[in-house]
Amino acid sequence: MQSSAPVVSVPEGTQAPKFAAHFATLDVQNHAARLGMWLFLSTEILLFAGLFVCYGFYRFNFPEAFAEGSRHLDLFLGTVNTIVLITSSFTAAMAVHYAKASKNKMVTLMIALTLLMALGFLVIKGFEYHHKFEQGTLPGKYYHFAGIQVPGITLYFTVYFLSTGLHAFHVIIGMGILAWVMSRSMKNHFNYANFTAVELGSMYWHLVDLVWIFLFPMLYLI
Amino acid sequence: MSLPVTGSTSPEAVAAHEGAHGDAHGEHAHPSYLTDGTTIKSWLLTVDHKRIGVMFLFFVLLFFLVGGIYALLVRIELLTPGPTIMDAMAYNRAFTLHGVVMVFLFMIPAIPAVFGNFMLPLMVGAKDVAFPRLNLLSLYIFLTGASLAIWGMLHGGADTGWTFYTPYSTQTTTTLAPILFGVFITGFSSIVTGLNFIVTVHTMRAPGITWFKLPLFVWAIYATSIIQVLATPVIGLLLLLVIGENVFNFGMFDPARGGDPVLFQHLFWFYSHPAVYIMVLPTFGVMSEIVSAFSRKNIFGYRAVAYSSIGIAFVGFFAWGHHMFVSGQSTFDGAIFSVLSMLVGVFTAIKVFNWVGTVYRGAVDFKTPFAYFCGFIYFTVFGGMTGIAVATMSLDVSWHDTYFVVAHFHFIMVGGTVMGFLAALHYWFPKMFGKTYHDGWGLVSAALIILGFNFTFIPQFLLGNSGMPRRYYEYPARFQALHVASTAGATVLALGLVIVAIYLIHSLVAGKRAAANPWNSKGYEWMTASPPPTHNFVGPQPVYPEEPHFYVDPKKAEAPDAV
Ligand code: HEM
Ligand SMILES: [Cu+2]
Repeated sequence: MQSSAPVVSVPEGTQAPKFAAHFATLDVQNHAARLGMWLFLSTEILLFAGLFVCYGFYRFNFPEAFAEGSRHLDLFLGTVNTIVLITSSFTAAMAVHYAKASKNKMVTLMIALTLLMALGFLVIKGFEYHHKFEQGTLPGKYYHFAGIQVPGITLYFTVYFLSTGLHAFHVIIGMGILAWVMSRSMKNHFNYANFTAVELGSMYWHLVDLVWIFLFPMLYLI
Repeated sequence: MSLPVTGSTSPEAVAAHEGAHGDAHGEHAHPSYLTDGTTIKSWLLTVDHKRIGVMFLFFVLLFFLVGGIYALLVRIELLTPGPTIMDAMAYNRAFTLHGVVMVFLFMIPAIPAVFGNFMLPLMVGAKDVAFPRLNLLSLYIFLTGASLAIWGMLHGGADTGWTFYTPYSTQTTTTLAPILFGVFITGFSSIVTGLNFIVTVHTMRAPGITWFKLPLFVWAIYATSIIQVLATPVIGLLLLLVIGENVFNFGMFDPARGGDPVLFQHLFWFYSHPAVYIMVLPTFGVMSEIVSAFSRKNIFGYRAVAYSSIGIAFVGFFAWGHHMFVSGQSTFDGAIFSVLSMLVGVFTAIKVFNWVGTVYRGAVDFKTPFAYFCGFIYFTVFGGMTGIAVATMSLDVSWHDTYFVVAHFHFIMVGGTVMGFLAALHYWFPKMFGKTYHDGWGLVSAALIILGFNFTFIPQFLLGNSGMPRRYYEYPARFQALHVASTAGATVLALGLVIVAIYLIHSLVAGKRAAANPWNSKGYEWMTASPPPTHNFVGPQPVYPEEPHFYVDPKKAEAPDAV
């Protein structure tokens, strides 16, 4: 209950967990951090849920347009991106594993790999976007592609750009968070008693992955 | 100073102890949170939940003033059937600004961000909220969003009303985007505040405070926080979509491109109906504290009151369709939403019965907070009944978008929040600032406010019932008498509020020093000094042997054998 930090013996060169004065114990602090993250992730899911509702609603109203639109996306690039993201989720999870084992070098490596794949994801997404800009399959009033002309097709691309755009924005935020975690693992901060930051960062990354796992079939497959 | 380590740490004991010390050597070895650092910087960079609450109080009051001035402008304009003081466009902007400021910048943050912040950690026996720096951040997020919204309203303004209904909001040429974006940003503040409270309640309760020993204000704030966390992101997304529509013509809600404006309404009310409970649930919590403190009785049906908060939060998510009875949704959907809406009434009624049951045979101490409690009970019952009335589909078809609805939601929402806010301010003022105010003036202004409120909105029920639509600039001459009555009522209401401002500011500057527990309340927040020290408690933590609101029943106390 009092403010003095408890003495935790940790492997040499790593850091004892920082412990804020207003928490009863370190466990409580970690519990609070995790609960906070779960709540935050639920708000993120609800943010995307709004878009999913729009998607479902307009898919129901314009089934042909949505079928046409999804056939028009590049399934190959989409699949590659899905594999890239799932793999990056795995390396993010491994980072937590190594942090618990006090192996900061491996943590750094795993996060570096995750970041690399995140970058790859964005580059591929960039190619897809570029292609659409050239073709003119754009949202709303900017749509000027002659190839598909079914009613509601502009709505498909509105939903496509909004949801993949919002997702890409989350990828960038996630990269920022992971980069911060990596800067700490490079300074040898983590060990079996102090790995909450890695855990939370990778939780966030799993969310980014999870959202894509919904978006991919919705937009590319069905 | 330290609390007695053994023996009683009941509020009385602490209060007596504090009193003795305070008198003996004035300023304490442990400064209060108000005196611990007096530079501007020590306030702006503080992570103390109490200072953050006080800063929120300042800004929320400022926005209340702005919204209030615009309310009066709207009312003055409606004094005559034709143009009175402004043109139609200015009128549209005025009621939009009024609505946006009042809903998003006053009523939503009012009680959680001010009193939740200040009291909740004290009430769970914690030194602070779980994430103090995030808490400070939420203040700055709020101010950023508010500034942006107000900037937009001063540079062009919007004419959509606070509901931003599409397709009009996608086409209007007024400066809507910065306002929408500003509201979007304040939503983050709301989410962060709610998240912080939920985690605080889960992880930081002092030993001895189990879930069913939590004060009912904490339960209410907890339920509110759940809504804040779960509903706000949906409107956040929706605001982004409307910006996309308004600025880039995305077509999502534009019928010309196949979009559907009714989808907007679904998403909007999916947030905004629960949001009305973000505004009233905290009030319910405040009232549970006050009713037991001023009837000097243990709250009647503690668990029912606690659970019904969660119940309201839950069913509140399934009632949104009652705003759309005339939008073309099927009669079947309408009937379902009608029934679900009435469930909210059931939970609210449970609370009302318990409050009234608490007052029954209590030893009522009729102080200013209790006056607001009385006003609140009346507004809730009256507003709630009209809620049930408008939730009845067949009736709402004729009342929809008339002044009847305006009067209904002002009664329940504004009546509720303003009563709760003022009650909380008067109840906790001594705790927060360590000063007392003049109770006589308190009662006078409470009477004026409650009276003025009735005179403002009862004519509006009548107006709506005889067909006056909402948001109209001109009206047939036969409605004038009622409009004049409503404006007169609004003036009385404003007068009451001005008096409150005068005597509270006066007592801040020149008020007498308050005792640690001037109401002899049993609430946990009174177990520390007034105003509290920086880390809330000095010395060993108080022990929490009793339930909150544990007052000895006066009747039983007189004749203990009769139990
Ligand atoms: C007791 C249960 C309640 C029921 C059954 C109820 C029902 C309704 C219904 C059916 C409407 C729509 C009227 C229309 O648009 O024609 C409505 C409007 C409204 N209600 Fe309630 N209400 C209840 C309580 C509340 C509470 C507690 C609040 C706020 C704290 C509230 C705030 C509002 C607001 C803001 C509107 C305005 C909608 C608009 O802008 O058109 N209601 N209510
Ligand atoms: Cu509603």
